[in-house]
Amino acid sequence: MDSATYRLGLDGDEIYAELLALHEGLSEAESAALNARLVLLLVNAVGERSRVEAAFAAARRPKG
Amino acid sequence: MPRYTYRPFDYVAPPELTGGPVRDAPVVIVGAGPIGLAAAIDLALHGVASVVVDESDVVSVGSRAICWAKRTLEIFDRLGVGERMVEKGVTWKVGRLFHGEREVYSFDLLPEDGHKMPAFINLQQYYVEEYLVDRARDFPELIDLRWKSRLVGLAQTEAGVTATIETPDGRYDLAGRYLIAADGSRSTIRHLMGLEFEGTTFEDRFLIADVEMTADFPSERWFWFEPPFHPGQTALLHKQPDDIYRIDLQLDASADPEVEKRPENVIPRIEKAVGGRPFTLDWVSLYTFRCVRLARFVHGRVIFAGDSAHVVSPFGARGGNGGIQDVDNLAWKLAAVVKGEADAALLETYDRERVHATDENITNSSRSTNFMSPRTPMERLFRDQLLALAEDHPFARPMINSGRLSRPASLRGHVAAAPDGGGGPVHPGDPCPDAPLDGGFLLERLGGRFSLLAIGTAAPATLLPVLTLGSESLAAERYGRGLFLVRPDQHIAASWAPGEAGTAEIDAAVEAASARTKELA
Repeated sequence: MDSATYRLGLDGDEIYAELLALHEGLSEAESAALNARLVLLLVNAVGERSRVEAAFAAARRPKG
Repeated sequence: MPRYTYRPFDYVAPPELTGGPVRDAPVVIVGAGPIGLAAAIDLALHGVASVVVDESDVVSVGSRAICWAKRTLEIFDRLGVGERMVEKGVTWKVGRLFHGEREVYSFDLLPEDGHKMPAFINLQQYYVEEYLVDRARDFPELIDLRWKSRLVGLAQTEAGVTATIETPDGRYDLAGRYLIAADGSRSTIRHLMGLEFEGTTFEDRFLIADVEMTADFPSERWFWFEPPFHPGQTALLHKQPDDIYRIDLQLDASADPEVEKRPENVIPRIEKAVGGRPFTLDWVSLYTFRCVRLARFVHGRVIFAGDSAHVVSPFGARGGNGGIQDVDNLAWKLAAVVKGEADAALLETYDRERVHATDENITNSSRSTNFMSPRTPMERLFRDQLLALAEDHPFARPMINSGRLSRPASLRGHVAAAPDGGGGPVHPGDPCPDAPLDGGFLLERLGGRFSLLAIGTAAPATLLPVLTLGSESLAAERYGRGLFLVRPDQHIAASWAPGEAGTAEIDAAVEAASARTKELA
């Protein structure tokens, strides 16, 4: 499954920082809305239904 | 006070106050911490004399900086103290990351062989300073260490600086052509010059404790998010020599430093952290972080290096290690300017290169600190969910940021424009990788002056020292085949494919990298 492999190379920290920066100055509701848009965009970017559904399942599973 | 035995250095009344002969030392260094002492030694290796003044007469009180990175050790080795440090220090390269009781991730900072120096050693700052003082004493003609000597005033002209120094016998003026401000994060010189740090202050408080205990913790860096012994916070454990352990505990931003530092409050926290093992408390400090720097490090004849120029959070060990790299970058340039071999414009390259490297350290250190102390509910949500995903999904584990440990700054794109024809993995601005040679290591043979490294090719006629290596070697793998011009601080200044460079090309590259005003000796 995709989530076994870290794929961001040396850019991981930068991307994580950019992700947090997207939320700067937003209210909780605005942040939640941004996250929803982001998920929809990324779902389309991934494109492949089986991979998207694997991510859905992984995200839904309650943490152990 | 730590159990280390402090032996005060002798204060000697300076010749300026006793009427003795005053030696001419072109460089005044303020601060005899690791940065000031390393600068004095490096300048002495270039034949340049300095006077080092320090308000104290003992080495660092408390362990303070303990993690010394590979690049720092390579620089210390060039200065003649690296082997002694490694011998005394606790060598490590593995970091382990825990979330709650569970280990989620580990990393190896040096997974390959063929390097003289390890990824890291832990060694208390007082030992580092002691060894540097011992080494400085190998240069009695060039290094004048003056203890109990506090800078109280500073004036500079276009020709030099005058520092007013206060001693137990009164005040005197100390003149020099340049002054290195290595007087630490609370730099008096920075305040006297009205210079301000720019950057971010973080609110969370952290408690640092050194404890002495007999335990079997491995020589590794252990970091916890939400450890069972310190709920909801972070903790960090490092092993030091002499059965001393460094424990770093995150506290609430609202914690009262004076209350938290009291032994009756510290001891129960440590007891939980070390699982009931018997220990004695050696040193305690409470601190907040800043990630800040001066806009410029060079101010006329006054040059800032180390914590006086920049401060970062300790996660990543980028403070002391950044400062030693400042020295590595500065000493050869300042020596060349003082000796009249280079134009003063060379010092501008110190400013440019080390400001760039400092920004890299600040960026990494700020991100780590944000990860540990999320600033908003949304940042905390991402952090907590990343930790939750990491339990089952390996991709998330390297994203957990418990500190990105100090790596040598690459000055690629920030050094003087130069040919880049090596075709291998190294480029101008990169620090030279080490590699094993017959009977030693490559970095032992580089540095101190400009030199050429010829790998799998022959060097043209040149006045520079040349080291020629075959193309079937680990060095060839790490550099590629070609000709490499190496700066005195073991950074690549230029590179050429085999046969591409003649004497004139090499000469031009040296001139560009060194702002040279004189022919090569």
